[in-house]
Order: sequence, then C-alpha cells, then structure tokens
Amino acid sequence: MGIILFELALTFYFAATIVSVTELFKDSRIASKMMLSLAAIGFVIHTTDIIYRYVSAGHIPITNAHEATSFFSWCIVFIFFLLQFRYKITLLASFIMPIVFLLMLSSSMLPREIRPLSPVLQSYWLGIHTVLAFLGNAAFAMAFGIGSMYLVQEHYVKSKHLGGLFERLPSLQTLDQINYRLITFGFPLLTLAIISGALWAQSAWGSYWNWDPRETWSLVTWFIYAIVLHARLVAGWRGRRAAILSIIGFLTILIAFFGIKLLQKGLHVFS
Amino acid sequence: MKVLVIGLNHKVADVDVREKLAFNGPKLEEGLIKFRDLPEVQEAIVLSTCNRVELYANVTDNLKASESVKTFLSEYHGIKRDSLDRSLYIYDDREAVKHVFRVASSLDSMVVGEPQILGQLKDAFDLALSKKTTGILLNKLLKKAISVAKRIRTETRIAENAVSISFAAVELAKKIFTDLSNKVFMLLGAGEMAELAAKHLIGNGVNEVLVSNRTFERACDLAKEFNGRPVKFDDFIQEMVRADIVICSTGAPTYILAKSQMQKVMRERKQRQVFIIDISVPRNIDPEINDLDNVYLYNVDDLQNVVDSNVFERQKEAEKAEKIVLEELETFLKWQSALDAVPTIIALREKAEEIKREELEKLLHKNPDIGEKEKEAIEHMVSAIVNKLIHPPTAALKEDSEDKDIMVATIQRLYGIDGKKE
Repeated sequence: MGIILFELALTFYFAATIVSVTELFKDSRIASKMMLSLAAIGFVIHTTDIIYRYVSAGHIPITNAHEATSFFSWCIVFIFFLLQFRYKITLLASFIMPIVFLLMLSSSMLPREIRPLSPVLQSYWLGIHTVLAFLGNAAFAMAFGIGSMYLVQEHYVKSKHLGGLFERLPSLQTLDQINYRLITFGFPLLTLAIISGALWAQSAWGSYWNWDPRETWSLVTWFIYAIVLHARLVAGWRGRRAAILSIIGFLTILIAFFGIKLLQKGLHVFS
Repeated sequence: MKVLVIGLNHKVADVDVREKLAFNGPKLEEGLIKFRDLPEVQEAIVLSTCNRVELYANVTDNLKASESVKTFLSEYHGIKRDSLDRSLYIYDDREAVKHVFRVASSLDSMVVGEPQILGQLKDAFDLALSKKTTGILLNKLLKKAISVAKRIRTETRIAENAVSISFAAVELAKKIFTDLSNKVFMLLGAGEMAELAAKHLIGNGVNEVLVSNRTFERACDLAKEFNGRPVKFDDFIQEMVRADIVICSTGAPTYILAKSQMQKVMRERKQRQVFIIDISVPRNIDPEINDLDNVYLYNVDDLQNVVDSNVFERQKEAEKAEKIVLEELETFLKWQSALDAVPTIIALREKAEEIKREELEKLLHKNPDIGEKEKEAIEHMVSAIVNKLIHPPTAALKEDSEDKDIMVATIQRLYGIDGKKE
C-alpha cells in the first residue's frame, strides 16, 4: 500500500506542476484553483504515506535516501501551504511545484525497502535532528522560490517593461519581507539541527564533530545564511542581493543533498 | 413600449454645450420629474455627468416622444432648438438598449474602462427609483446594464491597467511597496502634473508628506495644501534619506541629484527601496541613478510608455467587451418582446372566438330544428362564458408587473397560442 500512496502523491504533484507551469503563461482563476486542489490532494496522500511508513517501521521514516527526499518534498509543500494561507501568493507554486516534483521523482527512483535501523540511529535524536534539518531546508527552498519571483518582478520594474507576470506578482517589498521571514525561520532550525546533530554524534560516536561531508556542507550552508542575515542587518543587503544570496544558498543545499550521495560515503546513513 | 435615449456626450458636444445642458444639483430632481410628466413619456431616468447628459425613457411613439423631449430640453435649459438638434443623438429600441449597455460598461467613456460611470449610472437609477419615475421596462434595462457592466469587468481586463500618468505612478508604487500607509513621500518642485500625481499618491494614503521648493514660501504653501512639512531646498538631499517615494519637477536646467549623492543616501537609508519619478523636462535627476540597487527611477517618458501600452491593452479588451454587449442585447430584446402582451391578448381572444364559432356551427348542424330565438339565446350564453373565462388572463396580461415576461410565456403555453403574431 505504501508504494501506491507514494505513486499517487507523485501523480498529483505532477498534475499540479503541469497546471502551475501553464499558469505562468495564462492567468486563469479556474487553473489556479485546480492547481491548489491537486497539490492539496497530493499533500494529504503524501502525509498518509509518511504516517503509514512511520507505523510500519516503528520510527520516523527518514532513514534512507528515498524517505529523506520524500520527507524533504513534504516539508516544502507544507510550508507552501502555510505561506498560501498567510499571503495567498498562488503564483509561488509555479516556482516551487517543479522542484517538489523533481525531488519526488528522484525519490521514486531510489530503493524503498524499510531496512532494520542500525543501533547507532536508534535514538530520540533521530526524529529531532532530521525534522529540524528538513524543515529548515524547506524554508530555504521556499526562500529560493520567493527570491526567484523577486528577481523576475524587479526585472520588470527596473527595465520598465511591465509585461508578463507584473500584474500578478506581489510587490517587491512584500517578496523581500517574505524572503527575510523565511530565512529567519529556517536559520534557527538549521542551527538547532547542527547542534542536535553534534550532541547526537557525541552520544553515538563519542565526538561532537567528525568532518563528515554532510556536516561540512551544513556548515557551509549555515555560513551562507548567516551572511545573508548579517549583510541585511548591518549593510542593508536587501532586495536583489538578498534574493540572489537565497538562491545561491538553496543551490548549495541541493549540491550538499545530492552531490554527497553521488560522490562519497559518510557517517550519515542516507548520504 | 420602447426604450428611447436622447442625449449628448464628449464626442459630439464641447464642454460649453454640455454644461448648458447639465442637470446640476436641484435641477436634477426637478428636471427628472418634469421629464417624466411629459405626456409621451411613461418612464424616465436622467443621467448627468461632466462628460454626458442623457435622458432615458419608455415611450410608445418614439418620433412624437423625441420631439417632445427635445422641446422640453430646449425650454428647460433655455437653449435654442436648432443648436440643440445639431448636437443631440437619438437612439430608439435596439440601438437605445445597446447604447445604455455600452455606457454602463464604460465602452462609451472618454477613457475606456474608467470605473466612475457605473457608479454615476447607479446614482441616476437610485434617484429615479426614489422618485418612482421608472417602471418595468427601465428597471429591467438598468438592472441588466449594471449586470452587463459587472460581467465585462470580471470577464475582460478592460479596467485593469492604469491609463493616466498619475495612476501609472500609483500602480508602480504599489508594485514596489507592500503598504503605502507607512511611506514617506517627497515632492520636489511644483507643476500641474507633479501636483496631480502627488494628490493621487496622498489619496492612496501615504504616511508623511515632505515638500521642497527653491522658493521656501512656495514650499510652505504646497505643504499646507498637502498637509505636509516644508523642507528647505538646500536640505532636500538630507531629507531624502527618509523619503520612499519622490516626485521631482523643478525648473532646474541640470541634474540636481547625482549618482554619487544618491549612493550616499541609499547607504544612509540602509538600502531600503526608493521610487523616484522625474517629471521635469529637462530631466532633474541623473538617469544613471536607476542602475543603483533598490532605486527605481522613472521619467515622464517611461510613465507615458506604461500608459500607452495599457491603452493598447484596453482597446484589445474593449473588443471582447463589445461582443458581450451584443450577446446580452439579444437576451434583453427577447425579454422585451415577451413583455409586449398585446399580440398575446389578441391571439387569446381569436382562439376563444374560433372555438366558440366551431362549436356553435357543430351544434346547429346536428340540430337543424333550433329556432332563431333559441339560437340567439345559446349564442349569448356561449359568448358570456367565453368572455368570463378569458377575462382574468387578459386582465393579468394588461397589468404592469415585474414578472410580466413569465406571465406572457405561461399564458401562451397554457392556451397553446403563439404570441409572435403582430
């Protein structure tokens, strides 16, 4: 049943992605309602799939690459709906749903069997550490989407060609503020994820920091977002620069997420 | 029962003619009553705005009625008949309905798509309702016109883009800032266009207004007018640190703000977004300032380009709107034709007479020995029955009620008659 749920969620996300991309070219209320419903149904099925895996495995289902990618997508859609609830920027889906779909697609191609958990991972830290890390990264994914929208809108205003999406995109300041909020939401989560990871490493392997590739990349990401926040508060790096930095930040996360998996093996179980 | 429209608008009459014909203040109510009291007019509405004066009526004979309305207009406003005849347009029936739909949808406006006309039309209708000068036909016409206008507004983008420079400036400001109500606005210099744009921005609720001018007294005057604070011209760069929106229109022959100065301002305001509109010709603000991050500089040509492309967009949308008008026109005319009950009444009577005659003939044919006296009595009784039977439906058809169209259709169906015969 787990397989069917996952495939169903993937299918709904795929349909939502197609509709959301067509929305870039044609403004239609019906299409945007359809997109939201498709994404919402996909999200409910996806949630059921994760709960199902949780129940059958007996622990939080983030212990292999398939589950991790799937859970990451889930967090992104979750934050999308939170933002949708608060700001009603449906057009954001056109920037975010393709990413969700690609993540889910790569997740679908990874081995799915639930393997017995190695003793090292059998700890309450598993849930705390992974959920913090993934929610934080999902907030950064959303900042990536918002940052891209900012660059598009800023291009219209700066070049004085107010075509295309100008009418439908929110104001520059709104996008900039959401971007800032997402980063201030994601950054503490990432910080806590790193701290909880270090504590867990201490209890599991006897040392706080092992320079395992994921730890290194997390640190790189942490520094990038620390710079984003610092530059904003001190030097007033807002607007375009903040948008570009949040795009770079998320690309770093993606490299860390997939790059390490392809190139090296580390302590992290789904690396 | 036909719609008649008599009036003039900005296309056919200059403002000096329009203002003579305008129904202003107390004249509006008084004129409406007098207009309705004309013997040829059954229902009446008067629409009087700065761009048009139009009289809508429900009439039987449109030629007679338009003569009488024209005489009324010339006498009421004291204008010579021949000068009036030259500028007035008269539409009747189908063309009249179409015209009212186009007016309501702002397709006939000077600025196509402007939203005020619908409100003005609603006001005219409300006044007519409160003075009870309308009935079944004009009520339906106005309700329909309002719904057509709403349909066009939701189904086309006719009213979406700003088509004047000051509206375009406000529209842009709203796409740069989330909320204008906590923004500081600065007006540099003066001038008609700048002050108009300033009024629009202030009307959209900026938080604080700063006014600077080479002559400080002028700055004080304008500051008073806009409820703002005057700033000495030597200090304006200093104060710009706080300003989020700047409109510049000084008569200076050169740039009064250089890129390096703006860079300093941006550093001091921590790179918060700034929207600068340079209306002055020659330009007062170094165009290179637009290259700075978070600075958006528009000059008068840039704004005009925005307006031009919006006007073009609107014209495309207006074509879609005209199609909707034609579509709705057909449904209205269908309703109106059902409203005309006379053919149905005639058909009903003819049908009854026919049945009566047939049945009488049959009876006389079967019983040839009926005498003249009895025959007369039978005929009399049958006529009485027929008349009594068709009296209530005929009376109902003659009544002016809101659901008359339904009544006509129902009676046609119940009695199996075709009301299309004229």
